[in-house]
Amino acid sequence: MDEREKQRLKCTVNGESVDVLFDGYKTLLEVLREELDLCGTKHGCELGECGACAVLVDGKPVLSCLTLALECGQRKIETIEGVGDAKLHPLQAAFADLGGSQCGYCTPAMILTAKELLERNPDPSLDEIRESLAGVLCRCTGYQQIFDSVEQAAEELRRGEKAEVNS
Amino acid sequence: MMRLPRFRYLAPTTTQEVAEVLASEGPDAMVVAGGTDLLPNMKRRQQTPKTVVGLKGVAALRESQNGTGLRLGAGLTLTEIGEDPRVREHYGALHQAAVQVASPHLRNMATLGGNICLDTRCNYYDQNYEWRKSINFCMKKEGETCWVAPASKRCLAVSSTDTAPALIALGAKVHLLAARESRELSLEELYNNDGISYLTRRPHELLTRVELPDATGWKSTYWKLRRRGSFDFPVLGVAAAVKFDAGGGVADARIVLGAVASSPIVVSEAAEMLVGKELTDGVIEEAAEKAGRKAKPMDNTDFVLHWRKRVAQSFVGYALRELRGDDMSETRWNTAKIRFGD
Repeated sequence: MDEREKQRLKCTVNGESVDVLFDGYKTLLEVLREELDLCGTKHGCELGECGACAVLVDGKPVLSCLTLALECGQRKIETIEGVGDAKLHPLQAAFADLGGSQCGYCTPAMILTAKELLERNPDPSLDEIRESLAGVLCRCTGYQQIFDSVEQAAEELRRGEKAEVNS
Repeated sequence: MMRLPRFRYLAPTTTQEVAEVLASEGPDAMVVAGGTDLLPNMKRRQQTPKTVVGLKGVAALRESQNGTGLRLGAGLTLTEIGEDPRVREHYGALHQAAVQVASPHLRNMATLGGNICLDTRCNYYDQNYEWRKSINFCMKKEGETCWVAPASKRCLAVSSTDTAPALIALGAKVHLLAARESRELSLEELYNNDGISYLTRRPHELLTRVELPDATGWKSTYWKLRRRGSFDFPVLGVAAAVKFDAGGGVADARIVLGAVASSPIVVSEAAEMLVGKELTDGVIEEAAEKAGRKAKPMDNTDFVLHWRKRVAQSFVGYALRELRGDDMSETRWNTAKIRFGD
């Protein structure tokens, strides 16, 4: 590729096909925020130290600040904008109810990371919740409320699944 | 805002193509796998390759294979290494090292090969461009002085890989592919104790895989000291592997220290003195003392230096006691906020 030429990215973001031109040096974080106007993904340390920019790529939590947009062709990307619809996702509801979100800056990353955890492990122990969120820093240090929120959402999701099976 | 500098990007799909690209581009090209080491360094202008060769599309780097031992592709992520039941069962030190690298997000991206080749780290180097410029740079990049020890003729940046000490203790070899001449060497031989040219890998060589020998009869462990329980680079790593004979004595042993020099440090004297003995408290203490003396950390990472010099000895003791069969889970929790077992 010519490094001055615009690059083209075709991928799926929150279930919708995306076809966008971008400068080749841009990270996924920069393309999401600057080209696609999806500013829910937060721009923190830019160096992989804070986790605020976490998104799901092909279902796995990764740091968008250290992901080359050039390497996202054909991938399925999920950001906080894709979580919940008219009704809040149980994680969003729990974060709101229990004060899991204070200043809010780490919240999108916390919720996406926890969402992947609960899809993989519907009944995680506190240690498992802590470990899965170890890479996302909360500068308000409201970790306890965050862990409580994930536990409450997990319970809610398990209840929902049971109801579905029984109906 | 720190953006990546511009670069030319290539995405070959076979190892042979990568080797050919590296041969023709020379040292101006660097490979990127997970990106968790190179991209922050590029943002801080510590590494500024003209050409970046993406390895994500090279399927061969993600293969693993059982033989008499275990062959692991350099492109496997640390999450995949940490979850591999063969690694967990037979190569405990590697499992424990892999799951303690950084955070789950970073392990989903970072690869085994990337951790082996991790750039050396230093408080005077891992800073943004303006910060480094304000001290007139350092020997490792653009400057002449080593600010850790201004009289030093060599760079003292620290080897900060967790998996390498573990892999060396397990007797791993690595395969370096080149367009013309490929070679296999023991992982220990991949390193130089020099913060700048810390790898003996030549710029045109690609680390393609790690070969672990048969581990029958061996037990191994990895102990990591880090500032934060959540995630951090090692301030100390201790990998130990012991092969026991039928009577419970030590038939063979390897002890490797990480993050105390510019390369992993193999402490053979300490390991050799264990052979033919049982791991009694006295023997462990003597070996730990011998190993601890080889740890010569510099004041360029974290924690107080005089304490760091002493703590290596304690950690070697913890590792050997765990291999002897002591329950060390509480000490493990207190030092690294991690639980192993089940």
